Amino acid sequence: MNLIWLALVVIGVLVGAATGTMAGITKAVIEAAKTAVELSIGLIGIMALWLGFMRLAEEAGLIQGLARLLKPVMKRLFPDVPPEHPAMGSMLSNMAANMIGLGNSATALGLKAMQDLQTLNKDPKTATNAMVTFLAINTASVTLIPATVIGLRVSAGSASPTSIILPTLIASLFSTIVSVMAAKFFEKRRKFRLPEETK
Amino acid sequence: MEWLSKAMQVASDWAIPLIFISIALVAAIKKVRVYEVFVEGAKEGFNVGVRIIPYLVAILGAIAIFRGSGAMDYGAKLLAPVLAPLGIPSEVLPMAIIRPLSGSGGLGVLSEGLKNFGADSFLGNMMSTMAGSTETTFYVIAVYFGSISIRYTRHTILACIIGDLASLLGAIYVSNLFFN
Repeated sequence: MNLIWLALVVIGVLVGAATGTMAGITKAVIEAAKTAVELSIGLIGIMALWLGFMRLAEEAGLIQGLARLLKPVMKRLFPDVPPEHPAMGSMLSNMAANMIGLGNSATALGLKAMQDLQTLNKDPKTATNAMVTFLAINTASVTLIPATVIGLRVSAGSASPTSIILPTLIASLFSTIVSVMAAKFFEKRRKFRLPEETK
Repeated sequence: MEWLSKAMQVASDWAIPLIFISIALVAAIKKVRVYEVFVEGAKEGFNVGVRIIPYLVAILGAIAIFRGSGAMDYGAKLLAPVLAPLGIPSEVLPMAIIRPLSGSGGLGVLSEGLKNFGADSFLGNMMSTMAGSTETTFYVIAVYFGSISIRYTRHTILACIIGDLASLLGAIYVSNLFFN
């Protein structure tokens, strides 16, 4: 992340200097800082809403029920997380929200899942294997309903805005499998593995 | 196909209210003190929102510099001749490069592409599939790890970038099958 961040800033400014877009950069970066805060503040309400309902669902035993239903899959994906742990349920609800394209709600549920996973973390500054696998699934994200894209197609006057649903599903299924395999592969490499696993 | 898009509209309109009422009812049946427990959970929302601010400023700021300078567009132009032999049309490259970095940028590229090539053209369909099957990877990584103050992300970036590549190549391959 450090390297990518530095690269974005340095390359951006150098290219800007060479092509005379410095004024544009200044405006863009200040605008982005404002957007970042607006996004975060906007997320607070949605977070509170979902966290409230999630707490209810937990107390009612619904989350645990969902987790139990998909236990065989989840156990294999996240061997470090106890099958009955609340993190399993919140990860599942995030994945479900992602699939049907719930956008911000999916983010809120995903952040809840990260908090639950953090309770199992021995070193709170370092990502666990489960977190990386979860993020790999999340960013590849199996998509049943690509709602935003369909909306754009409708407004662009498409005759069949939904024709991309099946291709999108296949492509995102494929990428989810690949990124889970990548996460599992790299977690054991010397460069990435956790200190307690280095023997 | 008409009924499918209608059904999807109904599903997305109904999903959240139905989830909410089911949770509330089951909780009430299980004798959970619904109002108090809801408030108890919702309290956490503020902390999470505030905690991600510095991470979001960092990542969105860096991406804004990169995009505002025009470096993103140059990158797309530089890569085009390299990727063309792989069966990747150069027109969809900006999509491939911008989408993982910026959600609004990716949607901007898509709506421009749909306008220029036609929404139902081969390229339009391909770009739509690419946009639908990928995520704004760097935003997600920054926000998710930021919310719990994780600083060492280990192999996350590598795994997610491999996933992004698989999405893009998968989308291009599948579009060739479906639309060409």
